[in-house]
This record gives sequence, C-alpha cells and structure tokens, in this order.
Amino acid sequence: MAQKRVLMKGNEVIAEAAIRAGCRNYFGYPITPQTEVMHYMAKKMVQVGGNFVQAESEVAAINMVYGAAAAGFRVMTSSSSPGISLKQEGISYIAGAELPAVVVNIVRAGPGLGGIQPAQGDYFQATKGGGHGDYRNIVIAPASVQELYELVVEAFNLADKYRMTCMIIGDGTLGQMMEPVAFRDEEPVETIEKPWAACGRKGDSFHHTVTSIYIDPDVLEKKNLELQEKYKIVEANEVRYESICMDDDPEIVITAFSTCSRISRNVIRQARELGIKVGMIRPITLWPFPYKAIAEAADMPSVKAFLDVELNAGQMIEDVRLGANGKKPVYFHGRLGGNLPMQKEILDKIVAIHEGKITEGGNF
Amino acid sequence: MAVVFEPTKGLTDKPFHYCPGCCHGIIHRLVAETLVDNDALETAVGVASVGCTYNSYEYIACDMVQAAHGRAPAVATGIKRNLKDSFVFTYQGDGDLASIGTAEIVHAAARSENITVIFVNNAVYGMTSGQMAPTTLVGQVTTTSPWGRDPSYQGYPINVSEFLSNLAGAAYVERVCVTDYKNIQNAKRAIQKAFNVQKNKLGFSLVEVLSTCPTNWGKEPLAAMDWLKENMEKQYPLGCYKGADITFDADGKYVSGAIPATSNNCVNVGEVKK
Repeated sequence: MAQKRVLMKGNEVIAEAAIRAGCRNYFGYPITPQTEVMHYMAKKMVQVGGNFVQAESEVAAINMVYGAAAAGFRVMTSSSSPGISLKQEGISYIAGAELPAVVVNIVRAGPGLGGIQPAQGDYFQATKGGGHGDYRNIVIAPASVQELYELVVEAFNLADKYRMTCMIIGDGTLGQMMEPVAFRDEEPVETIEKPWAACGRKGDSFHHTVTSIYIDPDVLEKKNLELQEKYKIVEANEVRYESICMDDDPEIVITAFSTCSRISRNVIRQARELGIKVGMIRPITLWPFPYKAIAEAADMPSVKAFLDVELNAGQMIEDVRLGANGKKPVYFHGRLGGNLPMQKEILDKIVAIHEGKITEGGNF
Repeated sequence: MAVVFEPTKGLTDKPFHYCPGCCHGIIHRLVAETLVDNDALETAVGVASVGCTYNSYEYIACDMVQAAHGRAPAVATGIKRNLKDSFVFTYQGDGDLASIGTAEIVHAAARSENITVIFVNNAVYGMTSGQMAPTTLVGQVTTTSPWGRDPSYQGYPINVSEFLSNLAGAAYVERVCVTDYKNIQNAKRAIQKAFNVQKNKLGFSLVEVLSTCPTNWGKEPLAAMDWLKENMEKQYPLGCYKGADITFDADGKYVSGAIPATSNNCVNVGEVKK
C-alpha cells in the first residue's frame, strides 16, 4: 500500500530514494542545480549510518564511487553537466572494471560553464559514451518527481544486476520542482551477491582484483567482446518507454523525454481539439533506446511525421531518425540556453507540419 | 635442512616486470611482509596506481583495486569508509601522487583519511620513458628536460613529505630509502608504524620511499643506488616529518604521541541541527 503523499523537491527525492534503495555511500561536489541532493545526503546519509563525503572535486568524488563500488557497496554520486564532464574518466574506468554505480546528472545548459537553467544537451554525452573507449551506461530519464523516486530505486537494482553505471538524467526543472510523491512501505531492493568485490580475501584461495587494464591486445579484445555481449542483453531486456495516444491512428508522433514530454503532453490534447491526431512516444531509457517502438510507429499507415522536441539543438532526434529509418520525416523543435518551449510553439509546429508548410530540412 | 629464506605469502607467484636495480621489488616485499606479519593478508585492500606500479595489483596477494592516474587516495577513501577495520593502502609513484594526483593526496591527508600511502619517489616518470617528474632534481637530465631541470624554466621539485606534514590531518609522515640492509630494515619499521597508525585509527599516514630508476637515469643498478644517496637525499632528507613521537606497545596498541583530532572519519551524529 502506498503511504500518503508528501510534497518534495525532485533533488531531495533523488537522495531519499537512494537511501531507501539501500545506498549507504554518497560522494559529491557542489554544483547548481543539483546541490539539494548533497544537502539532503549530508544529514540523512549520516543519520542512517552511511558515508557522506564532500569530495575535493567531481574527479575525486567519482573515484570514491569507484572505490566503494569495488569493495561491493551500493554507491551514488550526483552532479550537473560540467561536473559530469569531469566524472567521465571515472565512469569509463567503472565501465572497464564492470562496477555497479549510480550517477545522477541534473543537466544544465552548456557548452562550457553555460548557464544553470534546464537543458538536455548532455544526451549525446550520456548515451553515446562520454568517456573514452567502447562502453555503455544505462541512461534513465524520469519525467516526474514520483517517477524520479521509483526509477532511482530501480537504477540501483539495474546497476548491480549488470555491473555497470546507471545514469539518471534529469534537468534543472525536474531537480528543482516540487511535486507530491508517494513512498512505498517497502522498496523492491534486489540483493545481488558480489563475489568479485575487493573487500578482503576472507578465506578465498585467490585475491580479488578490480581493474580495467589489459595490456595483451587479445585479452583486451576478449574483455571488450564480453562487454558488448552484456550490452546486447541490456538492449534486449531493459528498454522502457511510454506510449501516449498511440492506439487511435495518430497522424503526428511527438518524441520527447523528461521535461519536454511533460510540456508536449498538454499539446497532444490541444492539437486534438484542432482536429489533428497527435500521439507521443516518451523514451524512459535513453540507452537502451526504444528503436523498435519508433520503427513500429513509422510503419503505421496513419503516421505522417514525427516531431522531436528537446532542450538542445537536436540530439535524441538522431536516434529517432535511426528508428524511423527514412520511412517518415522527422521534424524538430528545440530550445537552447536554458529556455523551455511554450506549448504554443510546439502546437504551431504541429499545425505547420499538418498543413505541409515546413520542410524536414535542418534541425530548427 | 632448515629453511633460512623463502618467498613471502604476501606476494603472488607472478614474476615482477620491473627493471634490474629498480627498488619496487624491495618495497613490494616490505609491504607484503608487513601484511603477513600483521595477519592482514585476508582482510587488507590495496590500491594500485598508474605508472610502473600499475601491475602491483597482480603482485601483492591481498585484495587489490587498480585506480586511475593520481586517484588512488580517493579510491582508497571509498573503500576505507566502508571497511573501517581493514588495512587499506595505496601504492603510488611520484608522477601519480605529486603531479596529476596532488588534489587527491592533499585532501585525503586534510580529511585525515585513515589510510596508508606508500609513496615511491624516483624523481622521474618511469613507465612513460623518463620524463621530468614534479620530483626531478634541479639539473637532472630527463627526456623532457634534455638540458637538465632549470628552475627558471621548469620550476623546482616538490618535497611531498615536508608539505603534507604541515597539514593538521596528517598523523604520520616519514621518508626512508632502501639502498642497503640498514635502510631496508628502517623502511620496514616505518611501514609497520604506518600500519599501527591506521590500525589504531589515528588518521592519515604516508611513507615516502626514495627509489632508483636505473633505466631512465641511464645508470647501472649499483651506480643508481650511489646516485640516490649522493643526490636525492640532499633534496629529500630522510627522517620522520610528522608523528615521530607516536609510540605503540609491543602489541601495536597506541600508547602516546600527538595525533589529529579528527582521525577516524566518524561523525558523532546525535541530534542533527536544523
């Protein structure tokens, strides 16, 4: 049974969810707009007997994550875009050493120091690598404070299950907004044995080693192929998305994640009042990406076009186009610099697509 | 026949890849012997770094974690905070610790992380073929200081033990070398003392071990030992820089000596202030 709902800020819910998921390690460095995660952890993590360290840098924080994960403990760090860039070295090592870790990115506008307002410009960084080498992170994009709570708990299970980084990607809007959230009495925490952990031999005839270095090219190639096999399993089993108004022959399909999906949801109703049937596919996992859902939509005879809405210059649109595979045009509406699109901007674009007044062309 | 000398159980059977005359083999053995002497092989966790010692995780027989360049003290922090009763140490070279990893080592010491750092200083980057290190001596020729290190051009060497000992969080800092029997025994005493400091939760400890790099110094092994004695010890005097007065009883229990106030990284929570 769900308990009564409480009004909480997104960032605080991230911290609360982590503690509820059994995470007893948080290492971080202050950066706007995610610092409430850290404030909450500074008190609550210590109160529940866990470890909270304000690290000297994001680089140090992710390496503390690496250490705690290597010793077999649930661990999380959080940051925002420039700080996540700094963590990429560590995230690559975590991938190479196959360690479970949860990394939260409350994205702000870039590039460079950019601004502190919401953005989705880290889509490429999160889903296409970010650090060096061939690796993947599971990337999850919640769209509400309630979903943030549930998916942060799930992120720890996925990280442990696949021994990889599970990244929660939000933005300044989601982190800063307050919404009601209903906490479960008991969390679905999956306890997974970690016989590989370096926490002392404790009677084993061998010593446990956690490493990402393989000097012999044949050995390293084999290691890489094993990673790729694992990623295939994740792709086969962990794709999550939400279909909205997709079962009554929509004409235009919006693709949007997180905050943009919240704004676009209202536009669906407004467009339908104008007689334009609009549906939406909202990827919840950005990697693995729901290519099949997009492909199926592209095959629907009713669907004339996709409209991809993002807080960037067009990043997820590349995956939408891969899914659509040229079968239907993919239009774009994006805002940059920390601005959010107004519902009317999106609606106007839908009308223009409907009336054939714009061409697919560039991103804008 | 009585066995008078045998391999320590603290090392695996994997052959070292180190060059002839390099001190890493001796220092590895001292660390490994200390783990065995203290019955810590089953519980200890070591952190290997980047450089010639990247592979130390395969040589030392306790659980080992290989860290990114310079980040070993942060990795050790993540481990030690969870395994408060296990011996946790890093094994780092001078490029790793004193150049790319300065932030991590300074803040681990400032927080008085209850870890032990074995810092091997050979005044040069070994693995990447002899570039100038932050510890390279004035006048020393390296592949990136081909005319010798010139302070007006490349600045001065960093004396790690001296500067870390100024941090209130550092409990024990000592510099040793392993050029001869007497010094090897002294180095082993220092590593054992660092172990005791950590076991008694007294805070951050670091043993700097001056080391040779015959390959990149362009010297025969014995000549390298002589060069270390004649040149490195002038820049890096041996001795205890912090915690000289800390004493332990025969069982390794803390007896006396000044220690940092915040030495065991535990917050006494009680009521949290709003």
